[in-house]
Amino acid sequence: MKPKIAFYWCASCGGCEEAVVDLDEALLDVADAVEIVFWPVALDFKVKDLAAMPPGSILASFINGAIRNSEQREMVRLLRARSQVVVAFGICAQLGGIPGLANLSDAKGIFAEVYRDGVTPQTLYRENGHTLTLPEFFDTVAALDEVIDVDYYVPGCPPTPNLIRDAVSTLLGAELPPKGAVLAPDKALCEQCPRKDTRPEKLLLKEFKRVHQIVPDLQTCLLAQGLVCLGAATRAGCDARCIRGNMPCTGCFGPTSRVRDFGAKALSAVASVVDCNEQSVIAQIMDTLPDPVGTFYRYSLPSSLLGRRRME
Amino acid sequence: MPEAFEPKIVAFFCNWCTYLAADLAGTSRIKYAPNTRIVRVMCSGRVDPQFVLEAFAKGADGVLIGGCHPGDCHYQEGNYKALRRYELLRRLLNQLGIEDARFRLEWISAAEGDRVRVVVDDMVEKLRALGPRTPAYRREVA
Amino acid sequence: MEITRTVTIEPVTRLEGHGRIEIFLDSQGSVERAYFQVPELRGFEKFAQGRPAEDMPQITSRICGVCPTAHHMASTKALDALYQVTPPPAARKIRELVYSAFFVEDHALHFYFLGGPDFVVGPQAPASERNVLGVIAKVGIETGRKVIAMRRKLRELMALAAGKAAHPVFGLPGGVSKPLTVEDAARFREVADEAVDFACFTMDVFEKIVLGNSGYVNLILSDTFTHRTYYMGLVDENNHVNFYDGAIRVVAPDGHQWARFEPGEFLNHVAEHTEPWTYMKFCYLKELGWKGFSEGEDSGVYSVAPLARLNVADGMATPLAHQAYLKFHGTLGGRPVHHTLANHWARVVEMLYAAERMRELANDPELTDPTVRVLPTAIPCEGVGVVEAPRGTLVHHYRTDPRGIITGANLIVATQNNAARISMSVEKAAKKLITGGQVPDGILNMVEMAFRAYDPCLGCATHSLPGSMPLSVQVRDAAGAPLVVLRRDSHGTVRRE
Repeated sequence: MKPKIAFYWCASCGGCEEAVVDLDEALLDVADAVEIVFWPVALDFKVKDLAAMPPGSILASFINGAIRNSEQREMVRLLRARSQVVVAFGICAQLGGIPGLANLSDAKGIFAEVYRDGVTPQTLYRENGHTLTLPEFFDTVAALDEVIDVDYYVPGCPPTPNLIRDAVSTLLGAELPPKGAVLAPDKALCEQCPRKDTRPEKLLLKEFKRVHQIVPDLQTCLLAQGLVCLGAATRAGCDARCIRGNMPCTGCFGPTSRVRDFGAKALSAVASVVDCNEQSVIAQIMDTLPDPVGTFYRYSLPSSLLGRRRME
Repeated sequence: MPEAFEPKIVAFFCNWCTYLAADLAGTSRIKYAPNTRIVRVMCSGRVDPQFVLEAFAKGADGVLIGGCHPGDCHYQEGNYKALRRYELLRRLLNQLGIEDARFRLEWISAAEGDRVRVVVDDMVEKLRALGPRTPAYRREVA
Repeated sequence: MEITRTVTIEPVTRLEGHGRIEIFLDSQGSVERAYFQVPELRGFEKFAQGRPAEDMPQITSRICGVCPTAHHMASTKALDALYQVTPPPAARKIRELVYSAFFVEDHALHFYFLGGPDFVVGPQAPASERNVLGVIAKVGIETGRKVIAMRRKLRELMALAAGKAAHPVFGLPGGVSKPLTVEDAARFREVADEAVDFACFTMDVFEKIVLGNSGYVNLILSDTFTHRTYYMGLVDENNHVNFYDGAIRVVAPDGHQWARFEPGEFLNHVAEHTEPWTYMKFCYLKELGWKGFSEGEDSGVYSVAPLARLNVADGMATPLAHQAYLKFHGTLGGRPVHHTLANHWARVVEMLYAAERMRELANDPELTDPTVRVLPTAIPCEGVGVVEAPRGTLVHHYRTDPRGIITGANLIVATQNNAARISMSVEKAAKKLITGGQVPDGILNMVEMAFRAYDPCLGCATHSLPGSMPLSVQVRDAAGAPLVVLRRDSHGTVRRE
């Protein structure tokens, strides 16, 4: 009997699904080794099929996306009950991801922006004797482990095929890693970066540059060129693809294991390269970094210590 | 009659300057608002932004960092690091709805016992005017 | 009439995004009403506010991980407009090259993984076989490997130029983040040739398996899957399909050109309608108004994406694709074609065009020019970027403060344009296929085929057109001093200052 696995998406973009398809030929090998019992983007199994499965009958469920509404909460609870192992797949499930930026607002603020013709979607609506329901849209986006117990994490936006291959073979293997492990290297991206030899011993900047303000050269460390590159604070495992694209790291692999709040650590790393000791000048330099939340918490706001903006 | 709002301030004071100043304020019987919970660190540069965020997350109404005056840091550069982090963290906190009055960095030397009083009293008064922080949203998922 | 039963299809499968179909039967077991509900929403327009504009290509690409390149491109073009910079020729070509490669890859994904299984394996085949693995079992492992290899090579190329295939990083106002080397260009040429062959191969597969099956042909031509609506798409100056740039053309159900306008005027022509039973909003043509979920000359409902593009265009800009276009219209009775399932065929015609265009650009000597950036100098204010996404016309409209921080973002996202027609297609299919209360799994899948033909992207579609955004136009003299300022407020009133 082949082990059963499932894939599901919450508040997700589908990029993690594409990442699985990016296993390319190896996907055929995976499909031979396991039985995929639920994967809405690719297979026709429905919720009722999942509900009919006995508890724990799925070896591993790979769940991506953040928790944004009540349907997602119910689906992940169902998957948890049917699965032996749950993997938070991708950075949205691990830390909240880009949908987590919605925590700068709330349901009311978002609906006011989106629905402006006087009609608002309702969780319960009746029309001509027909009853229709919609999931409740929460005020706050959450990461997966706030809702269910999570066994492992695979970071990235999306995770890379190598990471996924390794994660799948680890889970099908004999020795499982300790519960709660992030299945990716536990060091900073700087160490894997193709430009690391050009990083100065003491990196000091007089100002930050925004990506459209300079033409960075193709060999030199991007932080040394004044761009806010978060490679020093971000977990490795992505093969530095953005840097190879001549653009700075934005932190999509989240923190290494020794950090509780990614944004705070990334902010600390960036603040420490500022080459100035005078308050008013420091303030001016910090003004050249126009959006701290979007820069440091782009993928991790829900899982951060504060979790969201305090509304009035 | 409703209780007056008593702001809770978590204060990180450096061992060589501000903490001694607070001690001095104590031994000199200088009276100042009792709203601070003081955490002694070896240097203001030791204050990790995560400490500040955790204090707010746990319900602090304000966070105060006290360190040596520029040029006087026991470890040379530590207070400058604190200053740079403070400037960036302050901007981040603004975006998260935490006003400037709630997060302060002050230089207070070991001899400045009275300055501890001035700073703390001023911060408490400003926090009282702001009122209690809106409670965090109920985490709907739980 | 008494409602005796509700049938729920949950979730809808083989598409991007979340959806559910609720079907209400009357006491005779016929369908009284069917609703295509979209239960998701994330609120990108809200949290775009406060973000630096140059971060938007990478932020908005997360609207969709299946078509991130479309958002990235529309966003990048909006930045060009925002900063009033024109990318150097090499940069424009690199962008369109990557975009063409993406189109081949995304259309192939839909054909072989998402919509195609319904035809290759059969609409009423067992659920466990109606997927890409079933397709491979049917067409053979060699063909399966060919499809996988083609997709892999295209995505490797996209990563070569754009950093990543899933969520590219290369878009900047005034250019792209890095130039292509001579080796890169050679690789692109090699894969482009393969892509053209692959597109022709896919057309063969379609002709053999679909057009060669009279049951399928009847299904395509059947009234069950037909709607007479307006159609919209981008066209170049010759009124040929262009995915990267052009003017927006709308044709009426009888085929005559109803409107042709610049992308910046989109909000003058399109508005949105909300229903309380879904988070997705429905675009419609403003001038005609919202007349409910109905078709015809008087209804504002229109369609986008492959079928629509082949209906609005007078032809294709590359030879093989143009031949395929002529055959398409010749077989199906001329323009416009109203048969929804013909989207699958139109999609393969477009795949061919994208591959040929890729080959043209890969052979362009300017492609490897090292100058790929123009640094912006203007003070940003407002910009609109439009592309054709694989799933339809896509508009990114940004407003910023003088520092380039987003103050407002309007995203009109492909599938929203199709939203009304998709709902109608699902309901019509349900009404025609379900009788006497019989709802076997195969029939329910055929109801799903009604939306699958559009290749919907529901993560994209739960995007709003948040009403009119205040717009201002500044005309400056040669020295840069303002001459005229026109402002339109959120009610649409224009004032001159």
